[in-house]
Amino acid sequence: MASIALGRVEARASEYNEDVVRWFTIATVFWGIVGFLVGTYIAFQLAFPVLNLDLEWTTFGRLRPLHTSAVIFAFGGNALLATSLYVVQRTCRAPLFGGPLVAAFLFWGYQLFIVMAALGYVTGITQGREYAEPEWYVDLWLTIVWVVYFVVFFGTVLTRREPHIYVANWFYLAFIVTIAMLHIVNNLAVPVSLLGAKSYSLFAGVQDALTQWWYGHNAVGFFLTAGFLGIMYYFVPKQAERPVYSYRLSIIHFWALIFLYIWAGPHHLHFTALPDWAQVLGMTFSVMLWMPSWGGMINGLMTLSGAWDKLRTDPVLRFLVVSVAFYGMSTFEGPLMSIRQVNALSHYTDWTVGHVHSGALGWVAFVTFGAVYYLVPRLWRAQRLYSLRLVEWHFWIATLGIVLYITSMWVSGIMQGLMWRSYDSLGFLQFSFIETVEAMHPFYVIRAFGGVLFLLGALIMAYNLYRTTKGDIRAEEPMPVGAAARLAPAE
Amino acid sequence: MALIAHHEKVETRGLLLVLLILVTVSIGGIVQIAPLFTIESTIERVQGVRPYTPLELAGRNIYIREGCYNCHSQMIRPFRDEVERYGHYSLAAESMYDHPFQWGSKRTGPDLARVGGKYSNEWHVAHMVKPQSVVPESIMPGYPFLLERELRFADVADHLRALRKVGVPYTDEMIENAEADLVAQASAEGQEGLLARYPKAAVGDFDGRPDRLTEMDALIAYLQILGRMVDLTDVRIEDLLQ
Repeated sequence: MASIALGRVEARASEYNEDVVRWFTIATVFWGIVGFLVGTYIAFQLAFPVLNLDLEWTTFGRLRPLHTSAVIFAFGGNALLATSLYVVQRTCRAPLFGGPLVAAFLFWGYQLFIVMAALGYVTGITQGREYAEPEWYVDLWLTIVWVVYFVVFFGTVLTRREPHIYVANWFYLAFIVTIAMLHIVNNLAVPVSLLGAKSYSLFAGVQDALTQWWYGHNAVGFFLTAGFLGIMYYFVPKQAERPVYSYRLSIIHFWALIFLYIWAGPHHLHFTALPDWAQVLGMTFSVMLWMPSWGGMINGLMTLSGAWDKLRTDPVLRFLVVSVAFYGMSTFEGPLMSIRQVNALSHYTDWTVGHVHSGALGWVAFVTFGAVYYLVPRLWRAQRLYSLRLVEWHFWIATLGIVLYITSMWVSGIMQGLMWRSYDSLGFLQFSFIETVEAMHPFYVIRAFGGVLFLLGALIMAYNLYRTTKGDIRAEEPMPVGAAARLAPAE
Repeated sequence: MALIAHHEKVETRGLLLVLLILVTVSIGGIVQIAPLFTIESTIERVQGVRPYTPLELAGRNIYIREGCYNCHSQMIRPFRDEVERYGHYSLAAESMYDHPFQWGSKRTGPDLARVGGKYSNEWHVAHMVKPQSVVPESIMPGYPFLLERELRFADVADHLRALRKVGVPYTDEMIENAEADLVAQASAEGQEGLLARYPKAAVGDFDGRPDRLTEMDALIAYLQILGRMVDLTDVRIEDLLQ
């Protein structure tokens, strides 16, 4: 009986489209390294401005959008596509809807979007809206690709051979649907001519600002949170070999999270010309958002109940679990910073930059690394990863990089905020603006060094994964057996 | 928890799940954004805000192209230190014709909402070419190429037309004279028409090269109008209430 059942599963597995998942996985690693590299370079530019090179293509102003888009949409986007297409087939026990050609279009169409956007940034074609820089023609192309993504994903859900839609897919669906809504509304624009790249946004001033941050904050909420929670809900239970902690908690936190997140945008506009009622509304919902965020964290962490000892021996699981811990930390810090009085200090400073990176490096990148380490041996039919020791090295080097990054940004951000508002005994502003810039130099150097470590970790990962795809296995000491074995009495 | 027992229905029906998601994520945006278009007091009732001149607009597009918003805000908050450092706090009215808004989110450099008139044109040129020549500790990139590059403006009227489509009150006369106004603003004379159409515009040669109309001319023309349209000594407190 068992062998018949197993045979059936394997027959199904061969129907799954794993080619497209393999491509998206390679793209994830490739764009991740590109994004980290550009990020590290612009971090050094802030410490040593001569690195701007006086050339228009290499100034901070043009490279910073390249960095943010490369890590969010290229690294994060490919990770979401890779994992969602893998997860949806297996949790629905159905092959990808639309067949291999549509899947190939999805892959190449998405890469084309990335390349078109990136070329625009370095040549100065931009809408000048954070995280929505691509111009109208790139936006239209992405809309087409995104509709295909929705059809492929949702089509697979509708043709499933499982009665239930697995919780990871709820999150992926919310991510796909909401990003479509945000993308279309925020990019409404009138092109100057159909043959030119330039367009003007439909909205202006205060309305434009709120629309943009409704989009911008929910790029965080739905791209970098809901989508990646989908990753958490599949890969943490799989790697820990334990079921999700609580079914009820996943229902409550899913609906609460997607309902509340969308309101949080105005906290990016505290004390601006946005009317106060909108600011207070944004703050209130941002603070409430803490609860479903931690609901998700608890559900992820508690999935390890009874399997905590695996953290000692499994560095892949460690990436996944620490990512959830970082998620908990940055979703606590976020509501804190959305309180108007705190935001008065933190806004416009590096504190925000540090906060974003504790989420982006600690949560988004770490959960992605965990998922990729899980996927590659399975997708390339390798016995196991080339080296668990190298995963261990990656983990510690990257963690050290994150710690350097966020602590230096806390210090420089809070310091600059305090310097801006400090008065001398005669009642004059104590510091000129440039004095506050000068004071940040050492922290910019530390931050850039943190970036170097994070990049180094990713390069180690790329090497490890490459050898894994070749089927190589490194001759190395096995990971130490859990102390539990040594501590337990023999009889 | 009867509601949770019913969740079975949602997670076994794909279409229902997607529809419920769509409804759930739509509510917040509708409640927050829609009223900004309908509540009239959102934009303060102050005088003086006008559309950008063609040259200022070209400069603004260079500002956007170079990604200045990545490091400079244009939004002064109503705090004592900010008002003393930068000037009167920013009003929604002052960016009502800004497509897109450029309030920014990070001050790696200082706020620029009221930089207009604060520095001379010569200072701006020197600063753009090599920021460290006037502010030795500056970490801003140099933009020497702006001084070398001729401003391309053959399609400036099309830009005004596109902006009119999204609600900026450019008149037929403004569009007709767009190219001439652009050239006149950076010239030594012939600005009567321009100044009638666009009060308070800074005029004259900006980049120190009267024989050439460069991207530097346009960018400085834009910087010099920032924060200067509304006469803030002349507003009543009740006009500022949102």
